Formats: sequence, C-alpha cells, structure tokens
Amino acid sequence: MTAPLLQVRDLHAQYGPTRVLHGIAFEVRQGGISTILGANGAGKTTTLRAVCGMVRTQGEILLGGERIDGKPTESIVRMGVAHVPDGRGTFMELTVEENLRLGAYTRRDREQVQADFERIYRYFPRLRERLRQQAGTLSGGEQQMLAVSRALMLRPRLLLLDEPSFGLAPLVVQELFEILGEINRAEGTSMLLVEQNASLALKLADHAWLLETGRVVISGSAESIRNDEVVRRSYLGY
Amino acid sequence: MELLLHQIFAGLATGGIYASVALALVMIYQATHLVNFAQGEMAMFATYLAWSLMQAGLPYWVAFFLTVAIAFVGGILIERVIIQPVENAPVLSVVIVFIGLLVIFNSLAGWIYTYTIKPFPSPFPSGSFLDNRLLSSHEMGSMAVTLGVLALVFAFFRYTPLGLAMRAAAQNPVSSRLVGVRVGWMLALGWGLASAIGAVAGIMVAPIVFLEPNMMGGILLYAFAGALLGGIDSPGGAVLGGFLVGVLENVVGVYLGTELKLTVALVIIVAVLVVRPSGLLGKVHVARV
Repeated sequence: MTAPLLQVRDLHAQYGPTRVLHGIAFEVRQGGISTILGANGAGKTTTLRAVCGMVRTQGEILLGGERIDGKPTESIVRMGVAHVPDGRGTFMELTVEENLRLGAYTRRDREQVQADFERIYRYFPRLRERLRQQAGTLSGGEQQMLAVSRALMLRPRLLLLDEPSFGLAPLVVQELFEILGEINRAEGTSMLLVEQNASLALKLADHAWLLETGRVVISGSAESIRNDEVVRRSYLGY
Repeated sequence: MELLLHQIFAGLATGGIYASVALALVMIYQATHLVNFAQGEMAMFATYLAWSLMQAGLPYWVAFFLTVAIAFVGGILIERVIIQPVENAPVLSVVIVFIGLLVIFNSLAGWIYTYTIKPFPSPFPSGSFLDNRLLSSHEMGSMAVTLGVLALVFAFFRYTPLGLAMRAAAQNPVSSRLVGVRVGWMLALGWGLASAIGAVAGIMVAPIVFLEPNMMGGILLYAFAGALLGGIDSPGGAVLGGFLVGVLENVVGVYLGTELKLTVALVIIVAVLVVRPSGLLGKVHVARV
C-alpha cells in the first residue's frame, strides 16, 4: 500500500462559536475517490472547506505527507488541490473562456494549458460552443460542467467536489458522474466527493465516510456500505 | 458656432483628465464598493513630486515616468499599510480613512511646498495645434496621453492573465482564491494602478489649473460626476462619462457663465442618482428576495 494522497486526522472546525466538526478522520488514496455522505448540516461542506484552508481548523491535514492545515487557500491550490465549490463559484460576468483560463491561473506551462482546452472539450463539448458567452448566462448544468472544467484546468492532484449533483436534472447528473469516473480512470485524478445523493456517490467512490452532526458514524469501502442494508435504510434512505 | 466647437474640443481635453480620474475611482470601487475620496489628493501629491524631480534637473519625460512609477508603488503601499487593516471594518470607518488620507496629503503638500500657486511645464509646444484654432498643442497632447493611458489600461485588463485575475478578484474573491489568485495583492495592485493613472492625470492637468494643493478638488468632483453618469461599476462608462462631463462643463461655462461650472457636476450627480442610479452603461442590480 502506498501512502494516501490526502490524510485527515482528528479534524475539528468551527464558525465563530459554533463547532461543526468534532474530530473526524478520513483519507483519499492516490488515484482513488473517497466520498463523504451525510444529511444537511452534517458538516460535509465544512470538511471540504477545511481541506482547502477556508475555515479555521484544529487537527492534521496532510497532502502527500505534507501538512497543509493552516496554509492559506491560494497556497494549497498551488500545491494541486482544485475545489468545485458549493454553488459552483462561477465568475458570472466573465466569459466561459475566461473562467477556464482562471482555472489555469497558477500554471506556467502555456502550451500545455492551450492543449488542455481541447481536453476539456472532449469531456464537455457544449463548453466549446459557449466559449465567448458570459458564464452567468449558462444553464445550471452547464455551469456545473464549467465549474468542474475550471478545476480540471489546474491539472489537480486532488479534486474536491461539493455536491456536483445539486439542482441538476437526473440525466445531466448521470452524464456528469460518468465523466467524473472517466477522468479518474483516464488521468488518475484523485477525488474527494461530498454528496447527498448517496447511491450515485457510492457507485463512483471506492471508500465512504458517513457524517452525522460533525462525527464519522460509519466508514468503509463503498461496496460494503452499499451492500449493508441496515446502513442504507437508516442513514442513506434508499 | 466656432465658439461652441472650440468649447467642445477644450471640453474633450479636460474631459480626458476627468475620464482618467473617473477610471481610477471605478477601479477601486469595483474591488471594494467604496469611492476613494483621496484619489484626487494622491494625484496632486504625485504632481508635486514630478515638479520636484524637474526642479532637481531631470528632463520632463524622465520625471514623468519616474513619478508614475513612484505613484504606482505608493498606491500599493497605501493599500497594504493603511487600507488592508480596515478591510473588514464597517463602511463608515473606511470612508473616514479615505477622508483622513485626503486631509493628510493636502496638508502634507501645503507644508512641504506651501500653498503658493506654481506654474507647471507642459511637454508640448505652446500655441495652437498645427495652426488650427480649436485646440492648443497642450490640449491635444494631453488628450493623446490620456487616451494612450486608457488604451493601455484596457488592454491590460482585457488581454493579460494578471488583468484577468484582477477582474476576477474584484467580482468573486472566494472563487478567485480557489483558483490560486492572491486576492489581497490584486487589491493592492488595483490601488497602485489607480494611483498611477491619477498621477498621469495630475501631471497633464497641472499646466492648465496650475500647481497648488487644492488643484484636484474640483477635478475629483467632476470625475465623480463622470463616473456616476457612465455607471460607477463600469470602467468604459466612467471614461465616457468623464468626457461628457468635460464637454458639458465647458459649454455651460460659456453660455451660462463660469460661476455655474461646478454646479454642473453637482446637478449631474443628483440627476443621475434620481433618474438612473446605474448610470449610462452601468448594470442594474436586481436581487431575488
């Protein structure tokens, strides 16, 4: 077993006086996909924000063996962590192309960046048609594709995905998850996926952690959780 | 008719100055949603600096570019040292800091250089431009310089990665951090650019209004009127508004008397706020509730 790409130990986080995470631990394998499941308010989004330095935390977060907790977000991004945030984080007034360019802002390999535009169009052909369009005019599904593409433009080692299925039509969600799986297989991009749609997430991920009010209640391989009827009924509701 | 034409052209020349200062105001406004009241005094102080450099024997254009560079670094320093600590303070506190800066620069200039009015050289030949009777060489030259600066600024924001990052940081700081943009530095850079643009405007207008610590007071007001008229959140609008205000001010000065010139700016400000708060090119912000 190689060391995991992301290792989180005893992570606490709080917004002002409100404690949201009470010492959780999880990891993402090199080239693997981990998912964090849970209901609204369980602390899923906060977990992702903690990984990329957007909230104050205690505990250890290691990326490739190096501590990243306490570092500013911009530096963590420069280490290869891309975040598809809650609400998609679209630069509404910029064009689709400018949004994608920003995704590659920290990269210095100009020719490669240019080639990566083509790579993005292979996954999301629709974005090529929308290139000159103002990003705010895209549909929700297109904006989610743009958010994923913007993150991919970083050529990340670790992709953080915050509820990519949120607000999308089932067919679009299906398509998006297929593409995520393809990216993971073809490029070996490790992913940390936060989802409310547990059945989808468990199909994509290899390991899962189930959060309840800021604590991990169940963890294990995605397969074992998917097959555990008790867990499925009582926590995942499907 | 010729009188009117002459006033329109002269208006375009001063309008260019207003357009530059208006652009500087809009740049800070877009990033912070605040109007930097000290913008004019910063420009005035930079102009004094240029004057000192020329007194020290430097050629005009050397002094010009050196001043613009110093203004740029100075703008960055002001943001980092004075503005950044109050970044998250209530609006009123920041406004007070701006007013404080205004007073400090004004009195500093008065203290160092006295309040005596000084002539300021123009790099352009005296007399009219190519023997036409509408524009002086200085008016023509300063218009060319301002337009050049505006074109440079637009090209920078439109075509360079850094310009793109600055636009991104102004409209969506959170997402900008998530793609690795150092948002704090983008703000500082914005201050530097605004300050440099102001310095050019100050140096270009000084031969007309003469050098004194209060020289930018009226200009800031016109520039603010121009920025509002064009749309306070639209750089293109600010430039257009600046030119419009310049022309209006001059035409009104001729036909209604110079006493009313400054009133024009205030009438424009009030009229825009009442009739079309978003300005000519500004966006109307609608929020769902």
